[in-house]
Amino acid sequence: MSVAKVGTRTDFPAEPPEHPTAPYLRMERIPHVWCPGCGIGTVVQCYATALGRSGVDLDKASVVSGIGCSGRAAGYLKLDGFHTTHGRAIPFATGLKLGRPELQVTVFSGDGDLTGIGGNHFIHAARRNMDLLVILINNFIYGMTGGQNAPTTPLSARSSTMPFGNFEPPFNVPHLAASSGAAYVARWTCLHIRRLTWTLEEAIQRRGFRLVEVIAPCPTLYSRLNKLGTGLDGMSFYHDNAVIRHGADTRELAIDFQKGIVCGKFVDEEKPTFSELMDEHYGRVLGEKYVPMPASGGWQHG
Amino acid sequence: MKADPAGVLTGAHYLDGDFACGEGAMAAGCRFVAGYPITPSTEVVERIARRFPLMGGTFIQMEDELASMAAVVGASWTGSKAMTVTSGPGFSLMMENIGLAAMMETPCVVVDVQRGGPSTGLPTMVGQGDVMQARWGSHGDYEVIALTPQSPQEAFDLTIDAFNLAERYRVPVMFLMDECVGHMTERVVIPEPGAIEVVPRALTAKPPAEFEPYRIDGGTIPEFARAGDGYRFHTTGLTHDERGYPVMSAGCQESCVRRLLDKIQGDADRIVRFEEEGTDDADVVVVAYGITARVARLAIEQARRQGVKVGFLRLIVLWPFPEKRIRELAGSVGAFVVPEINYGQIVLEVERCAGGRCDVVSVTHGGGAVHDPAKITGEILAAGAVAA
Amino acid sequence: MDSGERVEVRLTGFGGQGVVLAGHIIGRACAIHAGKNATLIQSFGPEARGSACSATLAISDGPVLYPYITRPDVLVAMSSEGFEKYRDELAPEGILVYEQDLVHPTVREGQRAFGVPSTRIAESLGRAIVQNLVMVGFFGAVTGLVPVEALRQAVEHSVPAGTEKLNLAAFEKGFEYLGGAVDQPVPEVLLPSLGGAPA
Repeated sequence: MSVAKVGTRTDFPAEPPEHPTAPYLRMERIPHVWCPGCGIGTVVQCYATALGRSGVDLDKASVVSGIGCSGRAAGYLKLDGFHTTHGRAIPFATGLKLGRPELQVTVFSGDGDLTGIGGNHFIHAARRNMDLLVILINNFIYGMTGGQNAPTTPLSARSSTMPFGNFEPPFNVPHLAASSGAAYVARWTCLHIRRLTWTLEEAIQRRGFRLVEVIAPCPTLYSRLNKLGTGLDGMSFYHDNAVIRHGADTRELAIDFQKGIVCGKFVDEEKPTFSELMDEHYGRVLGEKYVPMPASGGWQHG
Repeated sequence: MKADPAGVLTGAHYLDGDFACGEGAMAAGCRFVAGYPITPSTEVVERIARRFPLMGGTFIQMEDELASMAAVVGASWTGSKAMTVTSGPGFSLMMENIGLAAMMETPCVVVDVQRGGPSTGLPTMVGQGDVMQARWGSHGDYEVIALTPQSPQEAFDLTIDAFNLAERYRVPVMFLMDECVGHMTERVVIPEPGAIEVVPRALTAKPPAEFEPYRIDGGTIPEFARAGDGYRFHTTGLTHDERGYPVMSAGCQESCVRRLLDKIQGDADRIVRFEEEGTDDADVVVVAYGITARVARLAIEQARRQGVKVGFLRLIVLWPFPEKRIRELAGSVGAFVVPEINYGQIVLEVERCAGGRCDVVSVTHGGGAVHDPAKITGEILAAGAVAA
Repeated sequence: MDSGERVEVRLTGFGGQGVVLAGHIIGRACAIHAGKNATLIQSFGPEARGSACSATLAISDGPVLYPYITRPDVLVAMSSEGFEKYRDELAPEGILVYEQDLVHPTVREGQRAFGVPSTRIAESLGRAIVQNLVMVGFFGAVTGLVPVEALRQAVEHSVPAGTEKLNLAAFEKGFEYLGGAVDQPVPEVLLPSLGGAPA
């Protein structure tokens, strides 16, 4: 009777099997810039999985980011990717979508980029019901620049520019989106991987302005400045404090420092997008004279 | 290739400069415009908003000029020709994403109908104070091309040229009108579509596996792939390598930014455009642009009647600046006289190129009106007396 | 101001009278239908929507270099306020064309004044809004600056589609009001009118 000897196995493949997310990533750019314990990579993984499951044509999918830690996401996804200016991901994506209407455009950026410097674009794109999926990663702080206060920093939380604690009331992001006219609004934390993936898959298949907020830990800055421990401690906190309330009134979704985080899908409405409203309106007013932009873009392509 | 007939309103029209500019854009194949209302430029987008639905174009009034410029850069990456339109205060806001367009090498046209500044200044009145901002307004080093029309007819003709240059060099092209030309109505003759030459977006023929968005293969301008064609490229406003990936190093900065400069500076002889008259034996040469060129021509006629040998150099392309020609002329003339509706901007370039070899006289005007031609005539006569 | 024969015209009135459209039609007639050059400048900003608004034309057989006017040869006044604002700039030999029910004109020696009840004529056609077209017709007859056929073509091209007939009717009424075709000599100087209705 022979006994296999530990440590003598020789039948390894020449290359390890490809990671299931690899086809969606620019593997030559890995490792990424994000800190250990950061939640952004998790969201990228969920998005890539959702994209694969959704069956959309990846050649027609574009991702647009602004500036900041989350803004780097566009650089790792193997799609047409645009890493733009601070706060301008949504208007850039608006041009991209309207310039070639058949594109599936996702904006991937952070809370400071989208609701601070880009706040005006956020509410107007929601108002127009622009056909964009916006994934907003909320870590309550400006990470890339060193932990400054954000429009989402909870009251009393410390940041490098609010060293004695924040006294500015923060945005309730889902409520901001919903009250501005968003067609789809949901929130999860980085802990809710399966639910987040499922929500993103659903959101990819919806139309109009879709906001998915993801609460993510920033162990390097937010957690350290507020003595909240490691990324794993952040996950434990979500585990103990996140509650799922689908359809909750968005007015009740404000986040207080280290208090409960209400998650779920809050808005899911079928309503015409900017382009549909435009086509319908011009079609009615101008009749046969109306020439919509072709799905493949404006005049003159090779 | 020839213009798309859907965008060309062939015939003789009585149009203001703003409308003519809008017609030029549509004739050039522009099918995406994002803008925010601002006097005295708004008529450009009003014209486009009325006509775009008939030709497959999309106009969107954005929430501000930051968004307008960002949307234009985004739209251009789909291959659609894109433009925005503004005036001084909005031009200031657009600088952020004009820099992005320069860095990403995005063809687009930015129309600035200049009014008096600074700040809110003179919303309904003429100025030419944005010419340096057009060149230097965004941070860091980059090159742009800027054109300046002197009439509604040129507002039409040069807008087409602006689009063609944007395509050829993959740069944001500044179209510097002024309120006077923008709001002045004159005859504008729009040719048949077959007589309008337009430069289409040149899309790469390489398969995706061989394509890198900023590889130049010995040239100066990379090939273009548009979003949605399967290239899965990446582009960024960060300093980047040939793959469009961020590289934070002095070496990459040198190769990335240097090429943004070289592709324009190295081809300046082909881009530079001016109109020259009577300079051969001139003692004085007047350098002017936009509406001031017309007023200056009147002054030149008056000065010639008084016996001064005065030539004229009208700048059509402002940036890149015609350095070579100014340098040559500086060796043979006594003085340059430079009237402009600002407190002396292009005159600084003339001085730089003249290099002290002749006098350079700045004829300033703060804005709100054009020069009194007599003032320019007086400066020509004074300069002529010294030179003779 | 430019080399060659140059005629300067200012049109003035109150917002809503169609001053700019009147200027546009005259300019278009010259520049598109009569082989001249004509540069139209309109006043912008609050004054374009408020009381006295104005449009100016520089018309020349040669190029128009200087776009603004300095000493109008013709002042078309559709409102009292506009007339008061611009009366002093009229050239010494200039012609005043005015809405005689609204403007109480005075002219200096050497200047001539021609009044027309353009609003009432327009009202008689059923639409006061075409007052400006009556004035354009009258302007054409008084000045002979541009052939009447060029003006007619400019009217047709410049007014909203579907309103050509009414606008042309107003134009003809204004043109006929002087009582003759343009190739007749301009009538003798009319003394300053006191604004009385014509007999």
